[in-house]
Amino acid sequence: MLARLSGWGRTAPTVARLVSPRDFEGVADIVKKSRERGVIARGLGRSYGDPAQNAGGVVLDMTSFDRIRRVDADEGLVDVEAGVSLDALMRALLPLGLWPPVLPGTRQVTVGGAIAADVHGKGHHVAGSFGDHVRSLDLLTADGSVRTLTPDGEGSALFWATVGGMGLTGVVLRATLRVVPVETSYFVVDTERVADLDELLERQSADDDRYAESVSWFDATATGPRLGRGVLTRANHARLDELPKKLRHAPLAFDAPRLFTVPDRLPSGLLNRVTGRAFSELWYRKSPTRSGRVQNITQFLHPLDVIGEWNRGYGPRGFLQYQFAVPFAAVDVVREVVGRISASGHVSALNVLKRFGPGNRAPLSFPMPGWTLCVDLPVRPGLGRLCDELDDLVLGAGGRHYLAKESRTTAEAVRRGYPRFEEWRAVRASVDPDGVFVSDMSRRLNL
Amino acid sequence: MIDAVGNPQSLLVLGGTSEIARAVVRRYTGARTPRVVLAARPSGRRDEAVAELAAAGVPVTAVDFDARDVGSHAAVLDKAFADGGIDVALVAFGVLGDAERAWQDHEAALELAGVNYTGAVSVGVGLAERLREQGHGVIVALSSVAGERVRRSNFVYGSTKAGMDAFYQGLGEALRPHGVTVTVVRPGFVRTRMTAGLRPAPLSSTADQVAEVVVNAVRDRRELVWAPASLRVVMSALRHLPRAVFRRLPA
Repeated sequence: MLARLSGWGRTAPTVARLVSPRDFEGVADIVKKSRERGVIARGLGRSYGDPAQNAGGVVLDMTSFDRIRRVDADEGLVDVEAGVSLDALMRALLPLGLWPPVLPGTRQVTVGGAIAADVHGKGHHVAGSFGDHVRSLDLLTADGSVRTLTPDGEGSALFWATVGGMGLTGVVLRATLRVVPVETSYFVVDTERVADLDELLERQSADDDRYAESVSWFDATATGPRLGRGVLTRANHARLDELPKKLRHAPLAFDAPRLFTVPDRLPSGLLNRVTGRAFSELWYRKSPTRSGRVQNITQFLHPLDVIGEWNRGYGPRGFLQYQFAVPFAAVDVVREVVGRISASGHVSALNVLKRFGPGNRAPLSFPMPGWTLCVDLPVRPGLGRLCDELDDLVLGAGGRHYLAKESRTTAEAVRRGYPRFEEWRAVRASVDPDGVFVSDMSRRLNL
Repeated sequence: MIDAVGNPQSLLVLGGTSEIARAVVRRYTGARTPRVVLAARPSGRRDEAVAELAAAGVPVTAVDFDARDVGSHAAVLDKAFADGGIDVALVAFGVLGDAERAWQDHEAALELAGVNYTGAVSVGVGLAERLREQGHGVIVALSSVAGERVRRSNFVYGSTKAGMDAFYQGLGEALRPHGVTVTVVRPGFVRTRMTAGLRPAPLSSTADQVAEVVVNAVRDRRELVWAPASLRVVMSALRHLPRAVFRRLPA
């Protein structure tokens, strides 16, 4: 079936043959028969740019591989197929008092996608990224064979090239993941409203080690002395004795309401200076400083999952996320970027700032010790130029882009941002010499 | 590939020495340097265009192309696609001719029809085949408001543009399910070499202004645009004027 596919940002759609194999043999068959335009696996399509689309080629829809094959509560391990969403995984694990240690800003991603992008969450400074908790994975490579890979065993180089490898080493079929025990599904949250960016950076740097989860939102529409005012939110998993009485009868409840779904007919330009400022003002006002508040999963971790298809709010032109990381020493770049966006006239409402802990061994894994900043920008004239300028700042400071969100930078920028790029490329070439695995992103960035 | 903000990685210009085409290429090669294929007849002007791009560090290839020689078009396109896919293909060739000679001189009329219509259809079919296989890409067809409502003063030219415009609009519909966008651009009077010596019409523009319209239209995946945009309103009024009134308008 010919399908027009784009990423979550709805920019740069292309048409591919979308196939939904029923079993792993079917996947192998498609990979072996692949032609010039190649194959790429796709999960739930939550990458913002183009890594899960393949113009003129084949896209493998992996979402039907959604079985949770085994949960070993004693060992803290789950064996899942790659198409299982983190949402489904959480729903299966919570009644058993188990929790996936890394959850990104949405639960609507598959395990295969989470591995391919080596996603991170608000807890990176403590828990690391998704790949750090994969105990083994089954990878279907270009020759049609399936290899079981572990972080330290034989084939560990291919394991780490697959973590963060954007699906270009092969198709992840199954994985065994480490999970951790929890007493409740709630968080005890401390919220601090902070008047400007300097204070935000300072507050967020202080005692982060006391919290398992930490993130801040900042206002990118405010200018002058209020530039970068924000709301710092930090939390730990609630113990049973920390829950209010009315919640104790069902401490592991998973309440994930969907309030509404955004219709597909909104015009571009709804988010403009006026609405962006109004939203930012509202968000700032509604989050006064208070500590010890108990919040559920959706309230704390995934506020946007409440709204179905929220990406449609940006209209047909779509939007992009600009997310980068820079070393702690380059904190001035964070200030400079926030200032430039605020002065540019481009409006970003969903802005996130977070401190990363140590990175892992994957050559293309995004997290590195330092600050990471993410802004949502609707596509408008001049946006490309602004982002090119930001690239110069970020790369000049030894920073890099997050490929799961990347949609417009250059091949050179990826090589500069990821010093181990050629090492990754060599591993990829060793298992896929003919370039069977191809995506629009790999064509665009010459990955 | 075309990225999220509309930057292409590769450009093909058929009629690579046209001033509008050169202005479009310049706009795309500002901050980034996409690969450019210039298809045009060998000439000093082509050499100049190639040299200008090469000096700016743009990877550029020249391919010999004659719009009249439709038999050669498949080979021309094969060459143009030899180094990989094409993200944006600009159909920018055309001749204006002498309007009065064109309807009285058999050869002059066929020259206009052959280049502006037959040539455009010929490359359109070839581009469609290749972009459909790619599953993405944009064909930009430089049409003209002269084809939207054909006037006595240059009706042969206008009729070729009317045909070309209709062909590319239809091609856009046919290619839409295959991920390919066709953008028809209708400039008004553009002050270029082609119109040198003619009196500029109201709402005239420069090649640079048309180029800006083209780049924005590609970014926004628009299928029909006017340059300047205000011509859309003017033309939609003119289109509906009765002929008796229309013919009295100043040429």
